[in-house]
Amino acid sequence: MKKMIGAVAAAVVALGLGAAAYAQSGTQTVKIGVLSDMSSLYQDIGGPGSVAAAKLAVEDFNKTHPNIKVEIVSGDHQNKPDVGSSIATKWFDADGVDMIVDIPNSGVALAVSQVAANKNKVFLANGPASSDLTGAKCNPNTIHWAYDTWMLANGTGKAMVKTGGDTWFFLTADYAFGHALERDTAAVVEKNGGKVLGKVRHPLNTSDFSSFLLQAQSSKAKVIGLANAGGDTINSIKQAAEFGIVKGGQSLAGLLVFSSDVNALGLETAQGLVLTATWYWDMNDANREWTKRWHAAGGPNGKVPTMIHAGVYSSTLHYLKAVAALKQSKDGAAVVAEMKKMPTDDVLFGKGIVRQDGRKIHPAYLFEVKKPSESKKPGDFYKLRATIPAEEAFRPLKEGGCPLVKS
Amino acid sequence: MFEIFGIPSQALFGQLLIGLINGSFYALLSLGLAVIFGMLNIINFAHGAQYMMGAFAAYLLLQYTGIGYWGALIVAPIIVGITGVIIERTMLKQLYKLDHLYGLLLTFGLALVIEGVFRNYFGASGLPYQMPSSLAGGHNLGFMFLPNYRGWVVGASLAVCLATWFVIEKTRLGAYLRAATENPTLVRSFGINVPRMITLTYGFGVALAAFAGVMAAPIYNVSPQMGSDIIIVVFAVVVIGGMGSIMGAIITGFGLGVAEGLTKVFFPEASSTVIFVIMAIVLLIRPAGLFGRG
Repeated sequence: MKKMIGAVAAAVVALGLGAAAYAQSGTQTVKIGVLSDMSSLYQDIGGPGSVAAAKLAVEDFNKTHPNIKVEIVSGDHQNKPDVGSSIATKWFDADGVDMIVDIPNSGVALAVSQVAANKNKVFLANGPASSDLTGAKCNPNTIHWAYDTWMLANGTGKAMVKTGGDTWFFLTADYAFGHALERDTAAVVEKNGGKVLGKVRHPLNTSDFSSFLLQAQSSKAKVIGLANAGGDTINSIKQAAEFGIVKGGQSLAGLLVFSSDVNALGLETAQGLVLTATWYWDMNDANREWTKRWHAAGGPNGKVPTMIHAGVYSSTLHYLKAVAALKQSKDGAAVVAEMKKMPTDDVLFGKGIVRQDGRKIHPAYLFEVKKPSESKKPGDFYKLRATIPAEEAFRPLKEGGCPLVKS
Repeated sequence: MFEIFGIPSQALFGQLLIGLINGSFYALLSLGLAVIFGMLNIINFAHGAQYMMGAFAAYLLLQYTGIGYWGALIVAPIIVGITGVIIERTMLKQLYKLDHLYGLLLTFGLALVIEGVFRNYFGASGLPYQMPSSLAGGHNLGFMFLPNYRGWVVGASLAVCLATWFVIEKTRLGAYLRAATENPTLVRSFGINVPRMITLTYGFGVALAAFAGVMAAPIYNVSPQMGSDIIIVVFAVVVIGGMGSIMGAIITGFGLGVAEGLTKVFFPEASSTVIFVIMAIVLLIRPAGLFGRG
């Protein structure tokens, strides 16, 4: 027994020395944590697909920087802010993680953003929607990449009002994200000359919307805005079709719809739905090529990548470039500052910038869901209706109220 | 047109009807739970997962065998019922002599495993399932637009609920069953195969859950967590109705659907909590539930 303990101890010492020697050999090591919903309603929009996207970013980065070693770890925040913060704290303090990416839940993201700032690490928000991350709650360690509530509201809201949908009724998920989305959309509707006739706030994870839909129907509003996400959006659209809402002349505006939601609805039910996104897998050859690689890297079979997955890839790549330029990854604020200084450039989002408030700027697209007869292959969901140029897609810098913005 | 509490009567009638329709899902599910608890003394926490399996079975049948909605209404409950029989034979059987808690823990664990397996294979966001074309469309009742499908849901679940109640309370088979729960040894001495009867009862309860799952597939999102969203409410329904009371489960199911529907008009934010508030009040006044004995 004593012998065995001795052997184990020797092995531990040897391993420890080995690691120390490795660290001194001039190779830089960067550790990335993909924190996502791995086991519940948002796992398809982020989840294992985000891990695959991060792997691709590392793969592409190592082609030009083979001496920087990048490790990826992943964790499940279970959509609970306390769980998310404690994983983030452990990663930063004990496991040597330098950057956290993804987090498809605004509540968890706002909490982790604080942790990243306190520990001077980096948080690249791709999953969460709340525009507060680059507004009142912005900080020098957080960048918000793929999309946000302001951009969704501006894209879909404006387009609907411009095409005659000037009276609105909101079905809103009763928590921070839903309220933010409703607030941002109502502002856009009113700014463009429309009117909000009413709203109803439903609890998160409601399965039956018929009661709320009847209220929306009797409001006689031309547009029913769905300020909810995931299963709630799917159930509202499915049941709106059943209650003949669209046939009765009212339109539905899905304010946050992912390709995974369209997949769950089926084109028969989802057709004609207008939505805004910053990335779509079937938009050009580069995206299609990347989607193939994403599947090969572990993206779930039978699903197509979402704008969150694309954002995880794009933001991780840009982060690694900044780390390479600075030759360090330990001072988070410095890395983020470098990321804001360097222009962004990758195959998925093209050229862009990261603004002072931490907002990544790129174009947004207004899509319409195809009819079943127009869809040629699995995942062939959208046709492009309009492109919203980068400078109009996101909230103007001055309006967000971010303390980092010097006027 | 007159108004009630500031809500036009038309809207109110609509909401009452909608509440009744949602209540039929609660009734179907709580009925299965009540049957299983009443006859086996097992608190079947896997009921939500079995409801979800019913919806997925409908999807898979359509996808791989071309069996549509009507076929699935019969085939899916049989398939899921058979899995229930296997669970009863291999696992639940060992627990009858132990405390309720063991059955609860086992079925709860099973629910987590089943949900996890489905999530692993199908993802979390759900699968499409179209409404059968014969039930698409709807009628304008004057005070609301009633989709044909909802009308069918109310009718079918009422029929199934009443038939189940009739079989258990009014027939010879039901009498054997009830006697077997009271005193299995005595019933066995009359030459009745009690273990097989118990197994089939569990299979039937599970099949009821799967039947509700197939009914839900065209209107609710078919996803692995659809069962866990509804099962807690259904448990509240069973507790309010009185554990094990068949009629109690049916009446409370419909009644609470209506209560929830009205809350969605007057105070929508509370619509997911109202059932638990009612549960707390009922438990304070009648700890055995509205229809419970003892």
